[in-house]
Parts: sequence; C-alpha cells; structure tokens
Amino acid sequence: MASHGIKDQVAIVGMGCTSFGEHWDKSLDDLIIEASEKATKSAGIETDLIDAYWFGTSQSAASGIALATPLRLSGKPVTRVENYCATGSESLRQACYAVASGAYDSAMALGAEKVKDSGYQGLNAFPVPTDGTNRTLTAAAMFSLIIPAYAKRYGVDEDELRYVAARIAQKNHFNGSRNELAQFRREISAEKICEMPSIAGCLSVMDCAGVADGAAAAIVVRAEDAHKYTDKPLYIKALSVVAGDSSGLVDPDFDFTTLPECAVAAEDAYMQAGIKEPRKELAMAEVHDCFTPTEMILMEDLGFCEKGTAWQEVLDGSFDIDGEIPVNTDGGLKAFGHPVGASGLRMFYETWLQLRGEAPADRSISLEQSQQALVHNLGGYPGEMVSFVGIVGAELS
Amino acid sequence: MGVHGIISYGAYIPRGSLLRSSIVEFTGKGSNKGSRSVASYDENTTTMGVEAARNALKGSESNPKKLWFSTVVPAYLDKTNATNIHSALQLDDFVEAVDFGNSTRSAMGALSNALESDDSTLVVTADLRTGPSGGTEESSGGDASTALLIGTDKQGVLLAEYLGGVAITSDFTDRWRVPGSSYSQVWEERFGEQAYKPLVDRAWSEALKKLDIKTEDISVALVSGLHSRAVARSIPSLDVDISNDLTDQIGNTGAAHPSLLLANFLDQAKPNEIVALIVLADGCDVLFFRTTQEVENRRNSFPVSEQIENQSTVPYSKYLSWRGLLDSQLPNRPSPTRPSSSAAMRRNDWKMGFVASKDTTTGIVHMPPSRIGIKGGGIDDMEQLPMADSIGTIETFTVDNLVYSPNSPVVFAVVNFEDGGRLPVELTDTDPEKIEIGDRVEMTFRCLYTADGIHNYFWKARPIRREREKS
Repeated sequence: MASHGIKDQVAIVGMGCTSFGEHWDKSLDDLIIEASEKATKSAGIETDLIDAYWFGTSQSAASGIALATPLRLSGKPVTRVENYCATGSESLRQACYAVASGAYDSAMALGAEKVKDSGYQGLNAFPVPTDGTNRTLTAAAMFSLIIPAYAKRYGVDEDELRYVAARIAQKNHFNGSRNELAQFRREISAEKICEMPSIAGCLSVMDCAGVADGAAAAIVVRAEDAHKYTDKPLYIKALSVVAGDSSGLVDPDFDFTTLPECAVAAEDAYMQAGIKEPRKELAMAEVHDCFTPTEMILMEDLGFCEKGTAWQEVLDGSFDIDGEIPVNTDGGLKAFGHPVGASGLRMFYETWLQLRGEAPADRSISLEQSQQALVHNLGGYPGEMVSFVGIVGAELS
Repeated sequence: MGVHGIISYGAYIPRGSLLRSSIVEFTGKGSNKGSRSVASYDENTTTMGVEAARNALKGSESNPKKLWFSTVVPAYLDKTNATNIHSALQLDDFVEAVDFGNSTRSAMGALSNALESDDSTLVVTADLRTGPSGGTEESSGGDASTALLIGTDKQGVLLAEYLGGVAITSDFTDRWRVPGSSYSQVWEERFGEQAYKPLVDRAWSEALKKLDIKTEDISVALVSGLHSRAVARSIPSLDVDISNDLTDQIGNTGAAHPSLLLANFLDQAKPNEIVALIVLADGCDVLFFRTTQEVENRRNSFPVSEQIENQSTVPYSKYLSWRGLLDSQLPNRPSPTRPSSSAAMRRNDWKMGFVASKDTTTGIVHMPPSRIGIKGGGIDDMEQLPMADSIGTIETFTVDNLVYSPNSPVVFAVVNFEDGGRLPVELTDTDPEKIEIGDRVEMTFRCLYTADGIHNYFWKARPIRREREKS
C-alpha cells in the first residue's frame, strides 16, 4: 500500500474559530460566517478569491449549499464532508489534497455544527432506516467499556482507573479555564469528579466531551505561496485517515484496550512526516478526548508511551501543560466543547496558536525541542471507528 | 393415521413475579395472598410464545407441519403473529402458520383440532393479563405461554396419547372485552358460577361415558377457567383428584393456562397415567390423555415448578409502567424510529432467527452475517449458522443510564459465543449490580421497542437460567 503524503506541499495560512458553547442566540449560518470571517481576516483574503470549499458538518446540514448560501459563494465548488466526529479534520484533508494536486491555488475547510437546537441532551444522529437490530447504546456507554477491559488486561484496579480518567478531565479543565473560547472555563479536581454519579459504566458527566455549537475554519494554499499571506504559516506534514471495518464488534479477540484504527493512522502519519520518536519530535498533541478513557488509551495508540503505562503517565503529569508532551492544551473536547463537524479544525486552530507563539501566556507551551504538533480526531466507537491523524509544523524541513 | 398425542411440550413463565401484597400496599384493595407472573417490558404474547416453542422443539427431533398460535392479546391484528414465531423458530417455509384469536377458548379449540389433525402441529398459546388497578382481574391474572407439539406416533414418539374428549358450547356473557380494551369486564360472580356448574357436570359425565373411562382410572384432573369460583364449585362433583392449578403462585394465565397445567402435569407424570383436562370457557371442554413410557425420558428442559422458583419480584410501580398504566420519565433522548420493513425482510434470518454467517475458509463466525469475512476470503464464502441456542460469555459490559429505553438503565455486554463469534448485545432479565465479567448468557427473543405500531423484534442475552439439559 502506498501512502506518500503531501509533506510540505501545502500550508495553512489563516484560521478562525468561534467560541464553543450553547449558542441559543446563534444559528448555523451565524457560526459559519463568524469562523469564515476570522479565517479570511487572518489570511488577509476575501472569500471570493478562495477557489474551493470543503464544508464539514455531521448533522446540521446536508450539502455544500449550506455553506455557499450564508457566505454567498457564487459559482464556487463547495463540497459537504461527513466522517462522523472526524468530519472537521476530514474537510481539511480534502482541501489540502485539492491544493496539492494543483487543481486549485487556495481552498477553505470549514467545519460547523449546531447541535443545541434538537431539544435533547447529547448528540443525536439522523436516523437511517435499518432492520432495527443495530445497537442503540450511547457513545458514553461504548467508551466506558474501555475501563474494565483495561483494568483486566493490565491488572490495574478499576477504582485507580476511575481516578486516572478523572485526572485527565482535571487536566483538560485546567487548560480550558485558560481558553476564552472554551465552553467550560472552570477548574475541577479529579477527586470531585470521582464523587459524581455515573451515567454510563463508571463514567460521570464530567468524563464526557461538552456538547456545544461552534465552527472553525482554515485556509490552505500551496507551500510556496504561503508567505504571500502570512509570515508564520503552518506546513502540512502528514494527513492520515483510517476507516475501520468494524471487526472489533465481530472478532472475539478484540479486547477494548486499544483503538487499532488510531494506531494505524498514527503509524501512517509518522511515516509521511518522517517522525521516528513522536514523544521527542512533537511539541504537543491535540487528541480526541470524547471521553476520558479515550484519551488515556490514545496515549498508547499514538505511541506517546508503552502499552499498559498510560494510566501511570497520566498520574505522573506527562501530558500536562508543563509535561513532557502536553496534550489538549486548549482544554480538548472535554472543556472546549465538541461541535462535531468543527472539532477537528478546532484542534488545528490550537496548533496554529501554539506553534505561532500566539497562545495565551498561561497555557503556551515550550517550542524549544520541537515545532511540530499532532492532531488526532476520531469518529465512531471502540471496535468501529474512523480515525484521523495529522501533523503540522512551523517550518519546512 | 396412528395414535394422536403429545410429542413434546414447552412452557414459559416470565421472570417477573408481582406479590399481591404489593398491590394491596399501593391500592388498599385486594388480598395479600400469593403472587402473579409478569411479562417484562420487552415481552409480549409473541415473544413469550417463541420462548415456549423453542422449549418444546428442543424436546423432540420432530418438526411440525403447522404452527397455530392462540392468544387473547395479539401483538398485531391483520398481520399474523404466528409468522413472527415461525421465523424466530426458523421453521420451513411450507409450515403453515396461523393465528387463533379473540377468546381464551380459541386456545382449547386450537389444541383439540390439532389432536384430530393428521399433520403434526405446534400449538402455541400465550396470554398477558391486566386489569384495573387494585381489581381482581389484575391480581388474579398472570402472564405465560406454552407450546405443545401435537402429532401421531408415526410423526414422533408420544409422551401422552390423546384418548378423546367432548366440548359443550354455551352462549352467555359472564366476561367480555371490546376490541382495543386491554382488560375484561365481568358480570356478577354468582351468575357465572351457576352457569358453569351444570355445563361441567354434563361434559364430564358425557366424556366418561363416551370414552368408557371410570373416575377411579383417572390419576388427576386439571381444571382451568378464568372464573375461579365456577372452577371451585365444579370440582367436588368430578370425584377425582385435582391438581394444584398454580393460580396462587402465578395467577390465571388465561389462554395459556390449560396447556400450562398440562405441561406442569407432564413435568411430574409417571407412565400410564390418565389425566383429564377440563376447561371452563364459553362452555366446557374435557380432554383425556394417557402418558406413555416415554414421559419420564423427555421432560420439559425447564420444568414449570423450577421456572416459578426462579422468578424475581417486580415492584408494583414497575409492573404498572411496563404495562403502560403509569407514565414514567424516560431519559431525554429521541425515541427510536420504526425499523424498516424492507430492510427487516432482507435480514429476516438474522433479526428473527438469530442466524449468523460462518466463513467457510477461516471458520470465523460473523454477527450480524457478513458477505465478506473480517480476515479476508472471497465474497459470499459463508454458510448460515443458527446461534439462538449458543451460550455466550460476557467479555465486558456497561450500564447506560442515558440511552432511550422503556426500562432504563440499559445493561449492555460484549458477548463472545462458545460456537464462535462476538456480539455486543443488550442484556435482559437481569439486575445490573449482579452482572460480572465472565458470566454466561443465553439468547432470548424480545421486542426491543415499538415505534409507529411496528414491534422491533430482535434477540437479547440473559443470564443462563439453568445449565443445559443433560440429554
């Protein structure tokens, strides 16, 4: 299988992100216009000069028209992209490939989601007609399966893992409280989270991503054109997507302690970017902490630590803002919130701020060792998942 | 032709048991004595019928040519419910499946007609009885199902021979229910009592005369009728031993009750016993059977008495909510949409019969069935593998308090099966706090939910009720 990547061929030259939250007063169109305006301002370009658009939304709209209409894009190629919760990063991937192919000089990827108009808690997908035998469990319950499985496999006490998961939420809330765009800007202790009632398995509501409305956008151009727009572009080092074949739900050997799609996507991305030791060669990572146990096992699947050690590393603070490899410095899905189609691009937005030295001082990371960052975004559930891993860098190699 | 009789039998009593004292506690009415059986929120007469029928078919190598299903509470009208049972049992397409509806007497009609038929017939009965809160209909009713495989000694080894019987029909309105109502109304009790007594006397003496049977030859009589006082009043003049009618423990299970008593009798019968089944419903039916030597060899794989012992108490509030008599707050999630009939038809073997596919090259079992295997191989290199009787082990599980369910929380487990394959599946008939990784489970046919009037039938797992029959 060939996966050549497009390392250093495409650059992000402008980004924008709305605040995430329960925007009762903002429509999908309002969110789209705000993210687009911020991105175009940051790149110093008008929408009519951008050649093509990819619009990521999971459940708020159905076609490119939903982006073309609010932005009044006339005669433009606009494509709606959907890949579960990895929709936002998928839209960026499409835009980058379009520019790398030479088909267009510039493209915008915009992800947006308006989830708070449903009247229900949590996320609710469009019902597709089926034979009625498909599982109807909530995502929280599916991801809660990780804790007992991990406890059994590595001989760690379940109560200990309960605390580890809460410790991840504590970290992400710590970071989120230093982020003015985040949905939740309040610190909370792991101890307090452990005391909360469980909603699925041992997980409490504080182990779940915030359900939020929001939008984020990126403008990409060929790498050689990047400096026409900004002095500090971010170069695409790797873009990888793996859609699982759902075998984890069929194969009795799958044990819910790993997310194989993520591991394969990471391996592919490291290969594209030429990264051998991710923990040393990455300045930071934004990962898909939809639920706290997800972030824990991602540390292993992304190669940040050995199998069976992530729980200890979490307790040691390895992934804290001042840790060896800071993870979810903007608060992650947990504190920043999770407007499905926007989340992947929101993660890139944090790398955009951090690698350009624009993150607020109280959550800015050290760039001495590396100026590369990883973005991991997934959709689906353990056993049946789509996973994205992207890597960006502040410099051409 | 040959001798007609019972080839095998099965009974199903739901796990739920409602103490009558809990009704008294809430309503201040009724008697504290005993309990009644309660079908779970995910059960209806069709799913219960499937349970009993699976039980019956396990007891014999013979397969029926006909499937007759009789209930007073059909899950569907217009659409045949027996066809749902037919596909859950994975019977041959040429097995005729029909419903016998409306009255409890139809169940006896199905049985007596099957006993006269030359085709082997699986007679399935089920009932689900409710009544106004605090009333007799509610507390004296019960939920259960039965299945009797009826045929000749040419079609299978008989457990009991049918000796013959009589039926008296009498038209009087001591109980009635208009279509659409979930329970019956009754006339002043003494009326029915006096109407039934002479009918039973006549039917009994006529049956004894017709079949030339003496009361001293009869081991026991099973007397069943929804009018409990009429039953009690009729018994003394029969002049035979009367079997416990189980109503103290599970209530009167209406359409299912006569054959449930028969099943309970067969669970304990010795060879060469003559049993009389006497049913008081819009007349009186009397049927005689004589057990064979085989009766001791092929008992029901799960005796009625043991099913009653295994029941678990259901609070009155839960019973009311399960029957739709109490509006309960559900999680604030969208309610499910109806299953697609065309999608369901394409996957009927999976959805209704729990038939997986097995990769003929790798041997890997795929649930749901798959056209291409997870470990490679060609397209459609699969054979069908029925999994309904396979035992599974819980690999990991979770309790979901958020998801929509008529009975939140949902207990959900990843189950690996001893015949191969894995399925993440909902558990039922269980207490969340009692589940552990490594527990063994068996599959049960249930109604996941009903949307737009369509019952979404599929399978769930439940803790195994007893270790497999020695057979």
